[in-house]
This record gives sequence, C-alpha cells and structure tokens, in this order.
Amino acid sequence: MKHGRYPFILSFLALPVGLYAWLVILPFAQAFQISLTDWSGSSNSFDYIGFDNYVNLFKDERFVLPALRHTGIILVVLPVVTIALGLFFAFMLNLGGRSRQGRIEGVRGSKFHKVVYFFPQVLSVAIVGILWKQVYAPEGFGGLITGALGAVGLPAPVNGFLADKRFVLAAVIGVLVWSAVGFYLVFFSSAMASIPRDIYEAAIIDGAGRFQMFFKITLPLLWDSVQTAWIYLSIVALDVFVLVYMMTPEQGGPDTASEVVGGVIWKYAFKHGEQAFASAIGVVLFFAALSLAVVSLRFGRREQIEF
Amino acid sequence: MATETPATPATSAKPAARASGAPREGTVLNFFSQGFLWLWSLMVIVPVVWIVLSSFKTTREIASAPLALPESLHWQNFANAWTNGHIGAFFLNTIQVMVFSVSGTMLLGAMAAYVLARYQFFGNRIIYFGFAAGMMFPVFLALFPLFKTLGNVGLLNTYTGLIIVYIAYSLPFTVFFLTAFFRTLPTGVAEAAIVDGAGHYRLFFQVMLPMAKPGLIAITIFNIIGQWNQFLLPLVLMGRNPDDAVISQGLANLAMRQGYEGDSGALFAGTVLAMIPIFIAYVLFQRQIQEGLTAGAIK
Repeated sequence: MKHGRYPFILSFLALPVGLYAWLVILPFAQAFQISLTDWSGSSNSFDYIGFDNYVNLFKDERFVLPALRHTGIILVVLPVVTIALGLFFAFMLNLGGRSRQGRIEGVRGSKFHKVVYFFPQVLSVAIVGILWKQVYAPEGFGGLITGALGAVGLPAPVNGFLADKRFVLAAVIGVLVWSAVGFYLVFFSSAMASIPRDIYEAAIIDGAGRFQMFFKITLPLLWDSVQTAWIYLSIVALDVFVLVYMMTPEQGGPDTASEVVGGVIWKYAFKHGEQAFASAIGVVLFFAALSLAVVSLRFGRREQIEF
Repeated sequence: MATETPATPATSAKPAARASGAPREGTVLNFFSQGFLWLWSLMVIVPVVWIVLSSFKTTREIASAPLALPESLHWQNFANAWTNGHIGAFFLNTIQVMVFSVSGTMLLGAMAAYVLARYQFFGNRIIYFGFAAGMMFPVFLALFPLFKTLGNVGLLNTYTGLIIVYIAYSLPFTVFFLTAFFRTLPTGVAEAAIVDGAGHYRLFFQVMLPMAKPGLIAITIFNIIGQWNQFLLPLVLMGRNPDDAVISQGLANLAMRQGYEGDSGALFAGTVLAMIPIFIAYVLFQRQIQEGLTAGAIK
C-alpha cells in the first residue's frame, strides 16, 4: 500500500489546494499589500505609502468612525441577546416541562416551536431584508408595526423605523437576532441532550427549582458550547452588511446611522474607487476577528467536566 | 435525604415533592414561559404569513390597508413577478450554478479532507490549518482582489467564475468538518479492503465515501443552503448583466427597482415564490437541515 502513495496524495490535493490558494489565500494576501499603497483600483499606477491609510482611517469622521462604533455595538448586543434567548428557549423546550413519572421533558408544543424558530435560518438574507423592510415601513407605505401602533392609537415614527436615526440600528439588530435565535436554540439543544438526565433527576429529588437547575447544572455544563456560539456570533457581527444594504436608506443611512464596517469597505472599494483605503479597513476587520477568536479561546477556557 | 427514605424509589419520590409548594412556582413560571415561547413563535409566523397575504393584494391595498385581509386574490402579482420580475429565470440561473458548485465543493472537499485525515505526509498540518483558518477570514477583505483576479482571466460575470469562487469559499468549512468525520471512521474496514487488493483510489471511492455518507449529507445540506443564500459574491462578481442574476441578487434588484416603480405587489409575490421551494424543502427535511446546519458545532 506504500506504493503509489505520494502520487495519490498529490492528485487528491492539487485541485482543492490550488483553487483555494488562488481564489482565497492570494486575494487576502493581495489585500494586505494593497492596503499599504495609494491605489485607486482603476489605474495601473500606485505608490507605497506605508501606513498612511491606517492613520487616516481613524480620522474618517464621515464613515469609518461611525461604522466602527456601530459594528462595536452589534458585536456586544448580538451575541449577548442571541445567546441568552437561545439558552432560555433551549432550556424551556428541552427541560422546562413538568416531570412525568420522574422523566423530565420539554414544555408542551416544543417540537412545533423548534421547527418555527429555526425557519428564518433557511431564508436568504435578501428575503429577510424585503420582509422586514416592509414590516418596519412607514404607515403610509403599509408598514406592519407602524400600522399596528396606529391602529391602537400609539405614536409611531412618521417615516417608519428604518428612516429614523434613533431606531434604525436597533431595527437591524432586531432582525439579526430574529434570524439567528433558531440556530442557537437547536445548537444548544443538541448540547443539552448530551447531559445525562439523572443529574437533573437527582437535582429535583434534592429540591432544586428550574432556576437552580439552569444556573447550577445546565449552564456550567454547556460552557464550551456557549463559547463556540460566542465566536460564531462575533464573526457574524463583524460581517454584517447585506441586511444594511437591503433595508436601510443609502445603504447605511439615514445619515450614516446604520453604517457598518463591511458596508464602508464595500462603499470605498466599489463606489468611491478608493481601493487601498478600503483594504486597510478590511485588514483592521481581519485583525479584529482574529483577536476576538484568540481572546475568547484563551480566557473562555474552563475546567473540562467529564460526563 | 437518602437515609430518611431509603426504600422509596426515585419515581415515587417525585410526585410527593411536586405536591408540596413546587407546583405553584411551576405554574406561574409555566404560564410566563409558555407565553414567551408563543410570543416568539408568533414573531416568526406573523411577518411571514403577512407577506404571503400581502402578495395577494393590489399595490394600493398594500399601502392603505396593511392589516386587512386581501379584498380579492390578486394573482396578477405572481404573473408580474414571474414575467417582468424574471423570478423564474433567476431560479434556473441559481440551479445552473449550484449543480456544479455544490457537487464540486463536495468532491474536492471530500478528496482533500480524506487525504488530510488518513495520510501522514510532510505539510499535512499546514494545509489543514490553512483551510481551517479560512473560516474566519472576513470575505470583504478579499472582494476587490478577487474581482480583479477573475477579471484578469476573463471569468468575471460568468457562471464558471462564480462556480469556482463558490467552491473555493465553501472549502474551508467543508474540509474542516469532513476531516474530523473521516478521522472517526473505523480503520478495520479500510485495512480489510487493502488486504483484498484495493488501491488508494478504489479504497476512497468504493469504501470510504459510502461509509462517510451521513457526514457528506449533513455538509451537502449546509453548502446548498449557504450557496443558495449567497449574496455578496454574486453582487460583486456578477454585477454587469441583471438577467444573469442568481435568486437572492435578483430579488434584491427587484426590491431596489420597486423603490421607483412602486409595484410592491409583484415584489412580495416574487419574495413568496422564492420562499416556496425553501419552505417545502424545510418542512420535508427539517430534521436533516437542522442537523446539517448545526453540524459544525458538534465537535
């Protein structure tokens, strides 16, 4: 079996590794290089200008600084809210029900809820964007929330939620949470399923309520999964753009109130023709993602519990 | 506690505990949590059902009576979406791309993963981590160089270009997941096949691939959904000819156009048409889809 080993390995790796190197690794490497130049993207001439783009980036009050602020907010709010809701729903649907004959089950209808919650996950962002844009639309355009608020006599923003500086970012985050919760519900559910039931049964015999069960048993045993979810959601948060592109006025407005880092990169690269500057922002994003992963892996470590 | 009721089995101890004080806390909590669970279900169901209802309304009705049921079923919206909105063509475009991109991803991903999981050679770890690291790269950073790269070889605005890019960007997760999967397969079967005289290629295609079927199915579903929903890459790489758009991009274009043409009825009809195949697939394969999408999470 030794015979023909290396030709075989080579023949199996050549195509995938070649394609990956050409279309993924190389463009990323080029982006790093471009970020050190003054290239507009359309001409063939450029000069190396060192780290000027990086310095200017943090002086760009118009787009970059608001975008950094908004992405920062999303980076905190999205994981916290999604993980909290996901854990709560997973706990209720798997273990929250009454115990019958000493067996713990989820609440009634949990199968139905699970199927419903997960559904937004399979919808494309384009569909989600169109759907929620109409839900948030102003009353004159037939918005669902504004219409419902109007019907019960409550005030609603005149131009809808997305054209209002105060609400637009929250509205976008709401949609992000809406589509992510189902995934983390299923994710945490499968992790909870691997916790042996007798631990809970023992806890019930000892008189533990559901709050105690959750905080003293479930959460500590799920810590690894929570950490994984955190990394996933952080990456999602850093990559938010398509929803902003689909839903908000001026793709980041009104008045840059929903500008995000991904959107600013896209704008500078494909609309303003400032390729080098766009790449510099991309590099910052790259290192943000990298350090987040490293930090959460390093400080999130807890004692492993065998069960 | 164990010493007080040594003979009582666990099953009969529980109703007693429930009877004293526990039920009241349980009922209040149950009421609250049931309410909250239903609230979230409604938050998913209501917007979706509402958009389906809206797709049967005239554009005037959509704006003036958003909360009412449609006066009559305005099927014209669907005809408009199909013909003027080209939803049908976008579907075919997407399927055309995905037949090749998904099968290509799976074939190349499985090949690379198998070699990385089962053969020791110099550079194995480097290639593996190279793929795994790709899962974290923010795709924005590569967009413009990628745009230029495809332009240089004449593959910009072509399906071939989009297909190979889809494959390349699906490889990190596919390889990462399948490597872990191939490692878990028993070595005994492979050894038996070698004794019987199977070569490296036959071993892979006739023994290992069939054994890896559950993992392959899960990750295929993952890739189908991921590539079906892809938006950013076609936006940048297929921007020139709107007729060549894939489904999510086509819908987005329709939504942009709707801004000044004002035919929101057709837009919602198009959205509903795009939702139908996903909905049917989801109802039929809901368990597999959930497993496939969360597969990466289970180490």
